[in-house]
Amino acid sequence: MSECSDCRTCGVTAVLEFPQSAALPKTVAVIGPPNSGKTTLFNRLTGLHQKVANFPGVTVEQHTGIAELPDGRSIRLIDLPGVYSLSPRSEDEQIAHDVLTGERADTPKPEAILLVLDSTNLQRHLMLAAPILALGVPTLVVLNMADDLRNRGGHLDLNKLSAELGAPVALVSARRGEGIGEVFDFLAGAMLKPAPKQLPLLQDVPKCRQWAGQVGSQAKYHAPFAPKWTRRLDAVFLHPVGGPLVFVAVVVAVFQTIFSYAVPLMDGMKWLFDVSGAWIAHTMPEGVIRSLLIEGVWKGVGSVVVFLPQVLLLFLFIGILEDSGYLARAALIADRTMARVGLQGKSFIPLLSAYACAVPAILATRTIENKRDRFATILIAPFMTCSARLPVYTLIIAAFIPDRHLLGRLLSTQTAAMLGLYLLGFLAAVVTARLLKSSILKSGRTPFLLEMPSYRWPTFQSLGLRLVDRAKVFLRRAGTIILLVTVLLWIAGHLPTVNGKAPGFPNSLAGTMGRTIEPVIKPLGFNWKIGIGLITSLAARETLVSTLGSIYGMDPDTNKEGLQQALQHDLTPGGAFALLVFFAFAMQCISTIAVVRRETGGWKWPALQFTYMSVLAYVGAFLANHVIR
Amino acid sequence: MQLSGNYDRPEALFATLGDLRRGDAGILADIDLPGDDARRLMELGFLPGARVTAGHSAPGGDPRVFQVDGSEIALRRETARRMRVRIDKSKPHKSKLGRSRQ
Repeated sequence: MSECSDCRTCGVTAVLEFPQSAALPKTVAVIGPPNSGKTTLFNRLTGLHQKVANFPGVTVEQHTGIAELPDGRSIRLIDLPGVYSLSPRSEDEQIAHDVLTGERADTPKPEAILLVLDSTNLQRHLMLAAPILALGVPTLVVLNMADDLRNRGGHLDLNKLSAELGAPVALVSARRGEGIGEVFDFLAGAMLKPAPKQLPLLQDVPKCRQWAGQVGSQAKYHAPFAPKWTRRLDAVFLHPVGGPLVFVAVVVAVFQTIFSYAVPLMDGMKWLFDVSGAWIAHTMPEGVIRSLLIEGVWKGVGSVVVFLPQVLLLFLFIGILEDSGYLARAALIADRTMARVGLQGKSFIPLLSAYACAVPAILATRTIENKRDRFATILIAPFMTCSARLPVYTLIIAAFIPDRHLLGRLLSTQTAAMLGLYLLGFLAAVVTARLLKSSILKSGRTPFLLEMPSYRWPTFQSLGLRLVDRAKVFLRRAGTIILLVTVLLWIAGHLPTVNGKAPGFPNSLAGTMGRTIEPVIKPLGFNWKIGIGLITSLAARETLVSTLGSIYGMDPDTNKEGLQQALQHDLTPGGAFALLVFFAFAMQCISTIAVVRRETGGWKWPALQFTYMSVLAYVGAFLANHVIR
Repeated sequence: MQLSGNYDRPEALFATLGDLRRGDAGILADIDLPGDDARRLMELGFLPGARVTAGHSAPGGDPRVFQVDGSEIALRRETARRMRVRIDKSKPHKSKLGRSRQ
């Protein structure tokens, strides 16, 4: 931690310490408390020129981006995790502290800092200014949410604040792009070391708050009125009866939409693949390459890529819920359930993001300080229904469950089935958490703290960036893991050659593999074709869909049928139900296994997790196959 | 913690944050939690002397949102019970515009 800079009285003379410098900073760090709109500003400055990676050695996400200045020069921005202070207690704070002080070998010491504070809650947020200014790095204090401040009748004297802090201050609205020019001006201009009139003893929180209060009153800060709409909306969303009803309604609406309204979009994608596949079949000479392209890649990878619109819709909804501020309320409503299974509220956000994908969820558990709570959260995260399960569920449900209305037009049977599967995964997670927390991962409790941000309209830019990000990840998976597995499967489906000709699919290497494991999976209601799918889906769940697409594409009997009709020949209703249950429980994801190994520091936990989930999947599927006949 | 023992001092009653109902306000007196936990609460504005107002809660009253230092922070009852407040009976919670209210 930085040295105590108690009452360091530096004169304003320091302003002229550095003459105009033409050298451009290479790296600028963006830091601020959670909910200060830090990421919105980062998005505004960098646009699409950003990438997400992990800080080497730890799992805090490192967002870096390139900001292009109006004069054409460019600089590198690092978006640091949101922190309330720089005292290194959690991993996030440690990273922020180490990057800012240049103690990380992998990240160059930032030459300047953008400190983002919420102008509608200035005095509390100013507490973070003390440790930041004490670093002695040129800093621009960005007061965000200028539009909110103005609309709610708050104001302050920027010049006075700047004089108190000894650093330039800009009042901006990152959402609307107001005042961004000033940020660019700072980045382009000569940057001076901050020269605050006074700094408090950094270790003493009450002193820091007192200092922040004094600075605020010197700057004639007048706090805005209560956010009227936040109060009104909370009266509904946190109503003792209405709140949970809204919660359920939101969840149902999200699923109904991604299940029903995504269909036309998915049909469009499917049409594109059919037409382009037919075109290739028409123009290419018959041969091995054409067969690989059409039966393997187009039918296989194509059948997964078709689900892109649905996955993007899911992320769009998660984005809207998160950016609007509703997610924090949902976490509040769900907290009691979490407490009942022995987990803390902090586990809720990682678990919620596990509905998108378990990998970022497991990374997000780093914010949980208690190691045992963290491990428990990591171990149950893969039970949450991730977006890779969505293609599998959608395919099987569409093939086996007739689409009828359940509650008038509000809920269809297919949506209900989908919701049921989400619930099944959630229950498995809850029961497992309970087991873990009352046995091998017992621990004391740490306080649950959750800030409720004001409600805000999500911006198109931030939602758009999320979707672009997600689409990239989805397509990259389809183009790498899934393509590789599909090509391998195609090769295995055409070997060994008999008199220079491919064997019939059942006698091929792939078919033999499937038939070898058939006795084991027969009690679950699966035949050898599904067996091949189970083997390939160990790489990634959605590979089941591409595998079945390829298998049926290679098999002359089913070649002309759609995937759904072909499946109906191969599975009984009981087998279909068993397959759904199997996918709800099994840990078929190489990326998750790898990330769990890294996070828990060894093979012990991922091995335990994989075994537990596989056994549960097998037993669950066995029961499912015998319940429905 | 019950209020019953304090009826002889009508102006200043001691209670815990966990005892506050929606709309009740109090002045935070102390936090009886381990150092790091207390520090984190203080960084969020729960400083001795701060005015805390109880807001909405999850169904069943736990966790509850508290308005403090311009923000709204949700705490579980088990945490709120470890934080002692002085209830200021003389002031209705409508007054005090501008400062710790938002």
